[in-house]
Amino acid sequence: MRRVVISGIGIYSCLGYTLDDVRDSLYNGKSGIVLDPERKNFGFRSGLTGFVEKPNLKGLLHRRQRIQLAEEGEYAYLATVQALEMSKMDNDFMEANETGVIYGNDSSARAVIESVDKIREKNDTTLLGSGAIFQAMNSTVTMNLSTIFKVRGINFTVSAACASGSHSIGLAYVLIKNGLQERVICGGAQEVNKFAMGSFDGLSAFSTMESDPSKSSRPFDRDRDGLVPSGGAATVILESYESAVKRGAPILAEVIGYGFSSNGAHISKPSIDGPIHSLKRCLADAKLNVNEIDYINAHATSTPVGDTSEAESIHQVFKGSSPWVSSTKSMTGHECWMAGASEVVYSILMMQNGFVAPNINFENPDEASARLKIAEKRIDLKLDTILSNSFGFGGTNSSLILKKFKK
Amino acid sequence: MEYNQIVNTVNDFLVEEFEVDEEVIQDDAGLIETLDLDSLDFVDLVVIIESNFGFKAQGEDFKEITTFKQFYEFIDNKVNN
Repeated sequence: MRRVVISGIGIYSCLGYTLDDVRDSLYNGKSGIVLDPERKNFGFRSGLTGFVEKPNLKGLLHRRQRIQLAEEGEYAYLATVQALEMSKMDNDFMEANETGVIYGNDSSARAVIESVDKIREKNDTTLLGSGAIFQAMNSTVTMNLSTIFKVRGINFTVSAACASGSHSIGLAYVLIKNGLQERVICGGAQEVNKFAMGSFDGLSAFSTMESDPSKSSRPFDRDRDGLVPSGGAATVILESYESAVKRGAPILAEVIGYGFSSNGAHISKPSIDGPIHSLKRCLADAKLNVNEIDYINAHATSTPVGDTSEAESIHQVFKGSSPWVSSTKSMTGHECWMAGASEVVYSILMMQNGFVAPNINFENPDEASARLKIAEKRIDLKLDTILSNSFGFGGTNSSLILKKFKK
Repeated sequence: MEYNQIVNTVNDFLVEEFEVDEEVIQDDAGLIETLDLDSLDFVDLVVIIESNFGFKAQGEDFKEITTFKQFYEFIDNKVNN
């Protein structure tokens, strides 16, 4: 089995559009959440959301490439440009050396809805334009990244709800570890608009603490009242150790464990045993004991039931050990399809800079969270091993373990 | 609509949508070669014509059009006849 390393990362998130800005936001516990009046006018119960600007890609991509790129694809493109540059790969390299793309994405609602609105208005599908179909499919991100960056290896999208980004990294790790690919562009993308999140808001799953948006996402806190939707994109380049060394690429961290499971139960209510299975499988894959994990980047989204379940799962698996735990969703909100990948990027930034990002707004524990060692403020700490959890609707679970690279 | 106005409108949207320099748009220049059009681009041309001139071009209309001048004349014919 081969070693799998991370040789590039990129991010476009409500915490910043560069790695330096995102690092600073994490370090200082800065929230990226705002109140969007347009959502309230549209009929949302909660107008809270993570905020990212719409990028202007004119001059960066030519017309054909731009018109077939949906919003989440634009974010993914910018994150991937950063990651590829860091990893020292360009299109000439990609054409000559097989590289794959596996990206998490589970909707392209705006593109679908705007197309259907136009068909209703014109009663003519041929007036949609040529980009509509390529924006509307769930695989929009991978089909676009693969053509823009000349990808010649594996190429597909992972749609696994809020674990999509994490599974994309896990699957690429398995492929590289087993010698089937040398390097894969992984990540997760999430559109940020009222069309994508209306039905989720309709479940009353979102926080309504609108008076102070920065306080609204409060994972593990006793007084949390729901999640805050968010989005953007994060790219993580996975590569075999041999390939990274041969190319002279930077090695940011090593992926040493991937665990997964399905709850086989309720579609939205999380279980305790499903995540436990994923956590144990991940630890076994990494050949680590629980006391060797320094920090857990929790999935915790700030919903009462979800956080309680995860706290209980972590407690049962990590009994006798007490790694630091925090949920960066306290600052970002829930980046959904993107979250598993962005939280790997956040974790690497913490590992590189020696700190645990704070779980902001954690003021009072409840019975379950009181059993965890939650970083209510930033902890300056050397981190060697980090575990990142991601769970999604339908009971899909994913856990990843990153390790500081040592030869 | 005056012919010159049609020419200006067409040139404006070609420069904007297809990102070509206005200087390369010449009456006798080839439409496909100059704009580097593929089959997907013709789908977009239909949309742009409809939004600018209010009529629906058909795919077969383009079979007879090879130069910019023929393109202007096609639109002029549709708009003014």
